[in-house]
Amino acid sequence: MNQPLDNPSGQVVPAIRVRHVTKTFGGVTALDDVSFEVLPGEVHCLAGENGCGKSTIIKIITGVYQPDAGAEIEIFGQKLSAITPTISRKLGIDVIWQDLALFPLMSVAENIAFEGMLGNVPRIARHATLRKKAAEVLTRLGVDLDLEAPLHTLSVAERQIVAVGRALVGDARLVFMDEPTASLTQSETEKLLAIVAKLSSEGVAVVFVSHRLAEVLKISSRVTVLRDGRLVGVYDTDGMTQSHLTELMTGHTFDSVVAAQDRSKAPVVLQVKNLTREGEFNNIDLTVRQGEVVGITGLIGAGRTELGHALFGMTKPGSGEIILNGAPVRFRSNRDAINSGVAYVSEDRLTLGLVQPQSIADNIVLPVLDSILDRFGLISSSKKDKTVRSWIDDLAVKIGEPTDPVTTLSGGNQQRIVLAKWLATKPKLLILDAPTVGVDVGARAGIFEIVRKLADQGLAILMISDEIPEAYFNSDRVIHMAGGEFIGEYDPRSTTISEIEGAVFA
Amino acid sequence: MTKTYQKLRDLFGAEVLGLALFLIAVIVVFGVLSPRFLSGANVGSIAFQLPELGLLTLAMLVPILTGGLNLAITFTANISGLTLAWVLQMNGGVDAPTSAFVIGVIAAISVGTLAGFVMGVVIAYIGAHPILVSLAMMIFLRGLGEFLTHGGDISGFPEYVQPIGHGYFVGIPIPLLIFIVGAIVWHVMLSRTRHGFAAYMVGSNIQAAGYSGIHTKRTLTLVYTLSGTMCAIAGIIMLSRFNSVRVGHGEAYILITVLACFLGGVDPFGGFGRVMPVVLALIILQVLSSGLNLLGANQHLATAVWGLFLIGVMVIRWFWHRFAQKQY
Repeated sequence: MNQPLDNPSGQVVPAIRVRHVTKTFGGVTALDDVSFEVLPGEVHCLAGENGCGKSTIIKIITGVYQPDAGAEIEIFGQKLSAITPTISRKLGIDVIWQDLALFPLMSVAENIAFEGMLGNVPRIARHATLRKKAAEVLTRLGVDLDLEAPLHTLSVAERQIVAVGRALVGDARLVFMDEPTASLTQSETEKLLAIVAKLSSEGVAVVFVSHRLAEVLKISSRVTVLRDGRLVGVYDTDGMTQSHLTELMTGHTFDSVVAAQDRSKAPVVLQVKNLTREGEFNNIDLTVRQGEVVGITGLIGAGRTELGHALFGMTKPGSGEIILNGAPVRFRSNRDAINSGVAYVSEDRLTLGLVQPQSIADNIVLPVLDSILDRFGLISSSKKDKTVRSWIDDLAVKIGEPTDPVTTLSGGNQQRIVLAKWLATKPKLLILDAPTVGVDVGARAGIFEIVRKLADQGLAILMISDEIPEAYFNSDRVIHMAGGEFIGEYDPRSTTISEIEGAVFA
Repeated sequence: MTKTYQKLRDLFGAEVLGLALFLIAVIVVFGVLSPRFLSGANVGSIAFQLPELGLLTLAMLVPILTGGLNLAITFTANISGLTLAWVLQMNGGVDAPTSAFVIGVIAAISVGTLAGFVMGVVIAYIGAHPILVSLAMMIFLRGLGEFLTHGGDISGFPEYVQPIGHGYFVGIPIPLLIFIVGAIVWHVMLSRTRHGFAAYMVGSNIQAAGYSGIHTKRTLTLVYTLSGTMCAIAGIIMLSRFNSVRVGHGEAYILITVLACFLGGVDPFGGFGRVMPVVLALIILQVLSSGLNLLGANQHLATAVWGLFLIGVMVIRWFWHRFAQKQY
C-alpha cells in the first residue's frame, strides 16, 4: 500500500499538470524539479512542512511567480509557456488564502460579487446585480447567509463560505484552499468539508493545503507530499495513516511510544472541584499530580481553552473550587495565578503568547522582572543576560542574538521561548494549550521532549490538545472533554488511540 | 575610520550616531555661513529655548511609546502654570514669600499630575482611545483656563522666580539643567525600571503583556500621570521665562513634540523609541531654527524647513533600511 502512483489519470485530461518545475530565489532553491497534477473534480491535498515549497508551487500555478526555464505547464489540457495571474483566473483557477482577503466592512453580497464589477473601464456597481449573483452562488453551495450583513459580523466559518462563493462567481474550476480549517470548530469544519465535497461532485477540483493530517486523509482522495522543495511522491489516501504521512513529510520515523506512567502516588498539585462557568464549562473535577502530564482532548469548542483561562485567573469561575497545593485559591487576575505558581502557554502565540516585535531577551524576562532587579530596584542588565542565557541553553533554543526580535525565530523556537519565559516564573502547574500549533512536525518531538523532562523534574502539566495522537502519546492520562464537561478518561497504556478517536469523533 | 564608526555605533546605536553626525553637519554649515552662529549669545539663546519644548517632548514621548498620544500637554502645562500664578497672587503677588512659591509649585505639579491621572484612568480602565481622551482633556483645560483668566495674561511675580527661567547655575542655564535632569530621569525610567519595561511591552502588544502578568491598566495610568507631571514642570519654567501665564501659550508646540519624537526614531505605533535620540532630534530642530533666524530667514520659513527636514529624514530612513536589509 501507499506506493507512489505513476500515472493514475491516464485517459482523463488533468485540471493542472506541471512538470519539472524548478524555482530559485537568489541562491536558494525553493522548488527542485517538482511535478504536480490535479484531476478535474478531485479533492487533492498538498502536504509538507513549513518551507517545503507548498506556497511556492501555488504561486507558480497562479502566476504570481514565474518558474525557472524547463518547466512544462498544462492547464485543462492547454499548454502554456507562461502564466500570469490574469490568465490563471481566466482559466478558472482561484486561491483562497488563509487570511481570506475579504473586506470586513462590506456586505456579504459585495464581497462575493464585487469582482464582476472590476475591469479597465470604470463601471457603476449595480446593487441588484450584485445581490442576484451572490444569491445564486450561495444557493448553489446550499447555504443561507444574510446578503446584506457586513462581513465582520460573520463567524470565521461563514467568511470561508463567502470566500468560496467569491471563487465560484469567477467560474472557478480549480480552487486552492490554504489551511481553510485552521480556525474552524469541528462542526464548522464538517460544514466546510461538505461544501468541498459538493464542489467536487460538480466537477470543481479542490486542492487542500492543511496541517491537520486527520482531516487531510478524510477529505482528499490523493495527497502530494513535498519535502525541502522536492517531490516525495503522490499517494492514495486510502490506507494511508497519519504516522506514515508524517514520516513522508519529515523524512524521519517517529517512534510513537506511549510515554504514560503511573503517577497516582505523587502528591496532588492541582485539585479542581465542581468548577463551573456559565456557558463555558460545567462541574469540572480534575486532579493533576506532581510530575503528571494530563491531556485534555476533544473538539474545538468543547470548553478546554475556557477551562485553561479560568485556572490561569483570566476569567472567574461561577462556582466550584480550585485547590493548589492543598490551599483553596481565588484568583482576581492572572497575576495572582502567576504568583501562586500557575503558568499558561496560550494557543495563540502570535497575539497572546509573545510580545511579537520585541526582543527574545525581553520576552523571556517579561514575567520575572522582579527577579532581575539590582539593589536599587533597577533592572540589572547582567542579571537579565544571565537569566536569558541560562534558559536559552537549557531549552536548546536556536537563536542569533538575544536582542533579535522574537519574530526572527521559527515556530518551534518561538514556542521554546514561550516555555522559557513561563519556566522562569518557577511554576508548579504548567498549562499548555495546543503546544504545537504552528510548530513544524519535525520540531514537535523536541517540544514534547522538554515537556517530559519538566514532568520528570516534578512539574504538574495540564496539556490541552486538538491532536489526539499528541495527547495520547505524551500524556499520563487523557481526558475527553465535550460540551463543557469531562465525559471520559483514558489511560494510554491500556487504551488504543483509535478507541479515543472513536469516542471524540463519534 | 570604519572601525571607530562601528565602535561608536555599538556604544550609542545607529540612530543616535546618525543624528549626532547630522547635528554636527548642521552646526558646521551654519557656523560657516554665519559668524554669529557659534557666538555665546546664540548658543545661550538655544540653551534657553530648548527646555520648554524638551520637557513637553518628554511628556509626549512615553504615551507614544505605549501606542497612544497626549494632545493635552501644552494646556496641562498652562493650567499648572496658572495654578502657581494663582497661589503667588493670593499671597501678595510681587511680594509673595518663598513659602508661597514652594506651595505653589507643589500645587502646580499636583494639578498637572491630576490631569494626567484622569486621562490615564479613562484610557486604561474605560478603554477609550488616547487621542479622543487627551483631545477632550485639552479642550476642557483650555476652556477652564480661559474662563479663569478671561483670556488674558497673569503676571506680576516675585523677583526670585526669574532665575528659574533666566538664571545660571555653575555656568549652565537653569532651565537647561532642569531639562537635563528630566531627560536623565526619563532615560533611567524607560531603560531600567519595571514601569519603563512594561510601557514598551504594552506599546507593542497590550494583550500579550497582560497574559504575561503585566498590570497593563496600572502601567497606562502611570504613563499618563507622569506625562502630566512633566507638563507641570514645563509649565513652571514657562511661567518664569515669560514672567507671565497665558492660556494657549506654547500651543504650537503640540505637533512639534510629536515630530521630534518621530524624528528621534520613536515608532509611531508604539513599542520602540529611546530618550537620547529624541533629545538629539530636539537639538537639531532648535539649531536649525536659530541658524535660519540668524541668516535672516523669516520665522515662518524656518517652520517650513522643519517640515521639509522631517520628510527628508523619513526618506533617508527608508533608503537606510533598504540598504541595511540588503546586507544580509
